[in-house]
Amino acid sequence: MDVKTGLFYVFSTVLLLSAFRVITARNPVHAVLFLVLAFFQASMIWMLLKAEFLALSLVLVYVGAVMVLFLFVVMMLDINLDGVRVGFWKHFPLAAIVGVFIILEMSAVLMGGFRVSEEPHLAATLGKSGAEISNTRELGKLLYTEYLFPLEVAAALLLVGMIAAIALTLRHRKDSKAITGSLQVRVKPKDRMTVVKMDATKPASAEPSTDEPSVEKKV
Amino acid sequence: MTLTLGHFLSLGAMLFALSVIGIFLNRKNLIVLMMAIELMLLAVNTNFVAFSYYLGDLNGQIFVFFILTVAAAETAIGLAILVLLFRNKSNINVDELDSLKG
Repeated sequence: MDVKTGLFYVFSTVLLLSAFRVITARNPVHAVLFLVLAFFQASMIWMLLKAEFLALSLVLVYVGAVMVLFLFVVMMLDINLDGVRVGFWKHFPLAAIVGVFIILEMSAVLMGGFRVSEEPHLAATLGKSGAEISNTRELGKLLYTEYLFPLEVAAALLLVGMIAAIALTLRHRKDSKAITGSLQVRVKPKDRMTVVKMDATKPASAEPSTDEPSVEKKV
Repeated sequence: MTLTLGHFLSLGAMLFALSVIGIFLNRKNLIVLMMAIELMLLAVNTNFVAFSYYLGDLNGQIFVFFILTVAAAETAIGLAILVLLFRNKSNINVDELDSLKG
């Protein structure tokens, strides 16, 4: 049992334990933090599989952006901790049955079918210069030649996602007294004030209140 | 004893099963449901990376790249919907999301 196998067992044990804590944690903040731990362990496992670029981008993109977003939302929402746990143990037998079923099915497939190869092809195909070949470089070559169109579609998808997230959560406050600078600069004098022409002299029978020439002000 | 493809596939299978159990257990809590979906995607991505390594084919890692992109967009929009939901209903209980009378 070499070092790599030992590392694999350590990482996968921590990964499974933290995944277990994610789904059973009482406090959602703890669940998010355990999810961060799970992502770190998964990233280490990907590193064992020589996928450095994806491992690093998992840490940067997922832990750095998505999980922080999760943490923000969890801390922003005031969740009643007692209410969300109702029925937790009621659903447990069904969940256990489904989980055991999935594990049995997958182990049946894995035990029977996959005898793909006992040793990785990647190191074999890369040959002697395997140490010098960078995973990021190879991935970039493939991504920018063969997968250029899907890459652009992915970029458009991210843009649409950003616009959708902003458009969903943006709200204009009704009670805000904020002023719009451009509207104030562009205003014309005649929009603001109207001089009403009236007769200079009035008959004596008229009301005294309407006597003076009035200046009406528009908002 | 060296690592085989089966090790990584079993890990992915266990992670996937755990997250399915999590979806069943936390039916009320929308946030934990989304976290369980993230774990599922992680399990699938681990399978992709393992196949990519053992078959010597980098296309699997490209797939993981795109799955990460889609998952990030999905999480952002999902959390935005969650915030909107909380603003309108003051809780995120799944049972009370019956405005559509479905």
